Amino acid sequence: MSHKDDLAQMAHLMRRAGFGATRGELERRVAVGYEATVEELLNPPKEDSGGPAGTFAMLTRYHPNTLLPGGVPTLGQSSWMYHMINSPNPLVEKVALFWHHVFATGNSKVDNCDQLLEQVEMFREFGMGNYRTMLVELSKNPAMIYWLDNNENHRDAVNENWGRELLELFSMGVSNYTEVDVREASRAFTGWTIAPKVPRLPYGRFPWRFDYREEDHDDTEKTFLGHSGNFNGEDIIDIIVKEPATIRFICRHLYNFFVADEVQVPAWTIEPARDEEALDVMVNTLEESNYDIKTLLRVVFNSDFFKNATYAKIKSPAEVVAGTLRLVEDWNTPRPGIKDIGLQPGYMGQSILDPPSVEGWYTGAEWINSGSLLARINFVADRVADTSLSGVKKIIADMKADGVSTPDELVQASLEHMGFLELSPETKKQLLEHAKGGGNLDWNDEAASGTRIGEVLALVGATTEYQFG
Amino acid sequence: MTSTQKDPVIVVLQLTGGNDYFNTVIPHNDPLYMDNRPYIKYPLEDLIKVDDELSFMPSMGPIKGLYDQGKVAVIHGIGYPDSPRSHFRSMDIWHTCEPDKVGIEGWAGRITQQLDPNKENVLTAINFGHGLPRALVVPGVPVAAIADLSTYGVLTGITDQDQRSKALDLFARMYSPAIGAGAVTDYLRGTGMDALKGADIVKAAPEMYSSNVEYPASAIASHLKDIAQVYLADLGTRIFYTQHATFDTHAGEMMNHPILWREVSEGITAFFDDLHEHGRGENVLMYLFSEFGRRVHDNGSGTDHGAAGASFVIGDMVKGGMYGEYPSRKAEDLEQGDLVPNYDFRGAYSSIVEDWMGLDAKPIVNGNFEKLAFL
Repeated sequence: MSHKDDLAQMAHLMRRAGFGATRGELERRVAVGYEATVEELLNPPKEDSGGPAGTFAMLTRYHPNTLLPGGVPTLGQSSWMYHMINSPNPLVEKVALFWHHVFATGNSKVDNCDQLLEQVEMFREFGMGNYRTMLVELSKNPAMIYWLDNNENHRDAVNENWGRELLELFSMGVSNYTEVDVREASRAFTGWTIAPKVPRLPYGRFPWRFDYREEDHDDTEKTFLGHSGNFNGEDIIDIIVKEPATIRFICRHLYNFFVADEVQVPAWTIEPARDEEALDVMVNTLEESNYDIKTLLRVVFNSDFFKNATYAKIKSPAEVVAGTLRLVEDWNTPRPGIKDIGLQPGYMGQSILDPPSVEGWYTGAEWINSGSLLARINFVADRVADTSLSGVKKIIADMKADGVSTPDELVQASLEHMGFLELSPETKKQLLEHAKGGGNLDWNDEAASGTRIGEVLALVGATTEYQFG
Repeated sequence: MTSTQKDPVIVVLQLTGGNDYFNTVIPHNDPLYMDNRPYIKYPLEDLIKVDDELSFMPSMGPIKGLYDQGKVAVIHGIGYPDSPRSHFRSMDIWHTCEPDKVGIEGWAGRITQQLDPNKENVLTAINFGHGLPRALVVPGVPVAAIADLSTYGVLTGITDQDQRSKALDLFARMYSPAIGAGAVTDYLRGTGMDALKGADIVKAAPEMYSSNVEYPASAIASHLKDIAQVYLADLGTRIFYTQHATFDTHAGEMMNHPILWREVSEGITAFFDDLHEHGRGENVLMYLFSEFGRRVHDNGSGTDHGAAGASFVIGDMVKGGMYGEYPSRKAEDLEQGDLVPNYDFRGAYSSIVEDWMGLDAKPIVNGNFEKLAFL
């Protein structure tokens, strides 16, 4: 492979296993090597690094309300977006975003971003670990308990919300269990609640914690998926993870998020997988590794089916926003107006920490409608054309150092800086025609050259190709 | 396609999350209401009596005002057989009229396709809100999504007019259809072209609008105000779609349900007041639905997913009143603790499609279903 091919492949990996990378970062990572980069992404430093030069500590210092944003969703959203943009361990944030897609929990009801951010922290901690452990942690997660009303699931008044969604959306998928199984699973989770139960008004917010109340737990016999016993919640999870439907369902989610867009989840019982062979590899890996997500991701990122799956996934709005801001190096320190980075994904149809329902978002081409496409294009164009941003300045300086001059060179360099994009020949031709209208770059007038470069970057950001992750 | 002020339009207001029918239109004489609802019920003295049998829940006063003018039809027991009780599936079924398989075409999208088969107007159908509900989606049929009418356009960051027009020219060339680009890229290109055209047309609406009606401060009222502006600008839009959430009241129902209905009721009356101020009420039909009703017996702090629900049809041309029968609340008549639907929602759609929009309903709702005479 040529050096440029290596860079393009690394750009693909970084888009999927992170939120994209600048050309400088790609050069550094290619020098380390592909497999070594995968290992680095999979094995972030144990201690919380705090980000480059205390980036995250600065967030708390300048925007203390993002630490415990309470019921203000934008502050919570901004906090997470800030981490996606700045984390030195992008895969940790990406995996957290994956679980947020699957275990969609929303502030519209939870009304408590403190707890939602705590849930994201749980995804960071357990996201690349064991899937069974993750389900147990999820069952004990206060935001989830409240979101799906398990705090209202009592020994003598069963609430089926959590029990149903655990089966339908978080593990097995619809039509693999009966209504009786839903009931029995729900009974097994009676008594799994949160404390303290202090009404928010007039006392204010108290941090929630998981609370198991034996006296409210139904300890009698249950029959669940053909097994009988005096099951408690963990017993139900043990049965669930051994179901073949579960492993397949989770692998298909991972494939849809990291490899290529699948049909929407409700169609999974009917439509075959996009790549059955790849899915089989993933299913076997997850089974053999005893549900270890990290082992599975290692196999995926090093596989040919992953490496070949370029332009097979539409970026989610969070990816558009975090990826673009990483590229232009905006928001790498806090400043007033930080709510904007939390709001932007919502304008494109993905209010993070506030999915439309427990089913999460429809992904892939469903991200795109005329309104959201406009929001995406305008957001990217406005950022990459802003020559005051340090990332854009670096791109301009690089082009100058590389002696970029002709329209042809300008278009080519712009595509490389925007993630080694490969445009369709027709689109590339039109972009080139457009660039020719401005003639060669005149480096004697650096400001004018910068503006020209910004404009071409904006138009690259407006292509259909940039919409793919 | 040209629009005339006489073209009938529909405004769909989706009550997302599953509205508690039993606690919305309440059979106030039925002791089973009190029996089944030890916690989740409205005090009888607060109910708004509609007739000897039924009452509206307390925050529906504004809707009762419209009802008294004969402008509200309430459809009882609406749903479909074998409700899966999943938001996901239920909403999909309501959107696609496909209870047995996963459909990819939405009913409102099919109406759009019939109204404008040559795709002459990219604004024939508009969702007001982020994203697109599946009801509006038919592959290849343009639909606009306007989150906020006041900020809408392509490459709006380029301020130099000459530069912007060149950039928009290039954009149009890059997004024009190409052979062999693949389904997703085709879709992206089509959407980009629609966005470009739509944005150009729709910017006229807020410029032309003026009104003395003050809309209340709620998300649904803002969307309804945007709808009024676009409708009054005569851009040829025939389907307006929006939603309010979340009616998924498993817990805290007595706190949230009254607020949700107050916002919906007040938003709707402001919207019709606005249309009437402009003398434009008679061609607008509003349809309210939710993906399912909720369980008859409460769970202590809310209600779980159920089956049968109620729909509302509102407008000047509506023959107001109660339609259909309230399903039996008797324990032996319930299915898994839920009211059993006795009227297929596709019949209500058919009534609207045929008797209001003047189109053949069968290909839109996938079959023949009993209509109601609310028009």
